[in-house]
Amino acid sequence: MKKSLWRSLLNSPKAVPYFFVAPFVLSFLLFYLYPFIATIQMSFQRIAGFGDVTFIGWSNYGRLLNEHFFNALRTTSQYTFWTILVLVPLPILLAVLVNHKRVRFTGFFKSALFIPALTSVIVAGIFFRYSFGEQATTLANAVTGLFGMKPITWLQIKGPAMFALVLLCTWRWLGVNMVYFLSGLQGISQELYEAAEIDGAGAWDRFRCITLPGLKPVIIYVITISVYGGFSMFAESYAFWKTATPGDIGMTIVSYIYQMGFNNFDMGFASAIGITLVILVMLVNLIQLTCFGFFKKDSD
Amino acid sequence: MAPKKRQFRPATLVAMLVLLAFSLFTLAPFYFMLVSSFKPGAEMIRNGINVNLQPEIMSLQNYGALFTGKEGIYLHWYKNSVMITFFQTVVSIFLSAMVGYALAVYRFRGRNLIFVCVLVVMMVPIEILILPLYQLIVSIRLIDTYAGVILPFAVPPVAVFFFRQFAVGLPKDLIDAGRIDGCSEFGIYFRIMMPIMKPAFGAMTILQAMFSWNSVVWPLIALRSDENMTLPIGLASLMTPYGNNYDMLMSGAVLSVIPIIIVFFCNQKAFISGLTVGAIKE
Repeated sequence: MKKSLWRSLLNSPKAVPYFFVAPFVLSFLLFYLYPFIATIQMSFQRIAGFGDVTFIGWSNYGRLLNEHFFNALRTTSQYTFWTILVLVPLPILLAVLVNHKRVRFTGFFKSALFIPALTSVIVAGIFFRYSFGEQATTLANAVTGLFGMKPITWLQIKGPAMFALVLLCTWRWLGVNMVYFLSGLQGISQELYEAAEIDGAGAWDRFRCITLPGLKPVIIYVITISVYGGFSMFAESYAFWKTATPGDIGMTIVSYIYQMGFNNFDMGFASAIGITLVILVMLVNLIQLTCFGFFKKDSD
Repeated sequence: MAPKKRQFRPATLVAMLVLLAFSLFTLAPFYFMLVSSFKPGAEMIRNGINVNLQPEIMSLQNYGALFTGKEGIYLHWYKNSVMITFFQTVVSIFLSAMVGYALAVYRFRGRNLIFVCVLVVMMVPIEILILPLYQLIVSIRLIDTYAGVILPFAVPPVAVFFFRQFAVGLPKDLIDAGRIDGCSEFGIYFRIMMPIMKPAFGAMTILQAMFSWNSVVWPLIALRSDENMTLPIGLASLMTPYGNNYDMLMSGAVLSVIPIIIVFFCNQKAFISGLTVGAIKE
C-alpha cells in the first residue's frame, strides 16, 4: 500500500517537479540563505569564539570608518573602473574585426584570444608576479628599460600595481568578453548593414548607428558582470601579494574580509564588511542599469 | 550573393595585424612559461626577458623537483584537483540539469519563487558567505575534505539558469507522447529528454570543470593541510615573502594548464555556447 503511494507520487506530474527541484531548494536554504542571514546577524555581533557572542548593534559598521577600509574601497573601485574601461571597448573592437567577412584565420584568432581564460588566476598570477618583479632584468623592467626608464618596484607602488592588476585581468578576460560581443553581433540583422550601405553610410556611421545599439544588451550584461567581478576581486590580489600588503597595496574589500575573518578571527567585523559589499555592488549596478534605461518598459 | 574573388584591401590587412598583435599578447605568456619552466630558477631571476631556447641550460630538473620535492606533494595536489573537479562536475551537472529542466517544463506552485532565488543568488557575491560557510563546514566536520569543498557548490545557480534556458526550447510534445505511452515522469526525463539535452550537458560539463579546476577562494578556506590542497592553492603556497620557488612554480603552472587546454581544443564549440547563453537571451 505504502509502496504504491510512493509510486503514484513519482508518477504524478504535480508532485514530480518538487523532486526535481529539491536539490536546489536544499542547497539554497543551507548554503546560501542560511549563510546570508548568518552574515547579517554576525555583523551585529562581537564574536570572541564559539559560543562567546555579544550583540553590539551597529558598532561593527562604525568601525568601517577606518583608513584600511577606505583603501580597500578605493582600490576595488579603481580596479572595477579600469577593467570596465578597458574590457568593454577593446573586446568590441576585436569582435568586430574577427567578425568581418574578409578577415581570415578567424578560428586561430578566436582560440588564441580565448585561451588565457582557461588558466587559473593563480597560474596567471605566477607569471605576472614574475614578470613584474623588482629586479632590473624582469620582463616589465626590461620593456620599460627600452624606453630609458629606471627599474620600477612594480608591485610596491600604487599606480604600477594597479596597472599590473588590470593587465592581468585584461589578459584573462579579453577573449571571454570578445565571445560575448561576437554572439551579440551575430544577432544583428545583416540587412540593416546592406540598407545602410546603399544609403551611403560609411563604416563609422554603420558602427555607431547599427552595431553599437545592437550590442546594447550585451554591453549591459558585460558591465553588470564586470561590476560583480571587480568589486568581489580577491584571487588576483592574493596571487600578487598573498595577504601581506604593506601600505594596503592590493588590499581589496574581499581581501579585507579574508584578513579580518581568518587572520584576526574578527568574524563580526568581517561580516559587516561583507554586507557593505553586497549593498555597494547592488547600488552600483542599479545606477548603471538605470543609466542604460534598463528599467524603462519601452527600451526595445 | 555570387561568390566574389577575394580582393586585397589595406583595411583587411590592418584588421588582421591588430588581431595578430593581440593574439601575441595572449599567447606570449604561455611561451614564456614553457621556456622558463626548463631553466634553472637562478637563470630566470637573472634574466627575465631572455626567453630564447638555450638547450645548454635547459633540463627537466624543475619538473623532477616538483615531483620529488616535499615528498612528492605535487602529485597529491594533482590528484586532489582531479578528484574534486571530477566529482564536483558530475554532481553539479546532474543536479542542476534536473532543476533547470523542471523549472522550464513543469508549471507548479513555487516555480517563480525558485527561479527568482536562482537569479538573486547569481547576483550576490558568494565571497561574503565564506565566513558562515566556513563555520558550517567546521561544525559538520567536513573541513579539509573533498566533500567540504564540493558540497556548498553542488547545485550552482549559474548551471541551473543555463539548463533552464536550454530546456525552455525543448519540444513539449515529446513529454505528452511519453505520458500517453505510460512512461513515468522520471522515465520521460532520463530516457527521452536527457538525450536531447546532450549539447547542453556537453557545454556545461566543460565550463563547470574549468571553474572547478581553477577555483581559488573556497578551496583556500575549506582545505587546511598541505597535502589536501588543490593545484592552484598548492602553487600559491609556494609563493612566500622570502622568495619564490619560481623553478617549481613555472613547471607546476605549465602542468596545470595543459589538461584544460587539451579539453578546450577538443570542445571549442561547447565552450563558446556554454558561455554565451546568459548574455544573449532576454
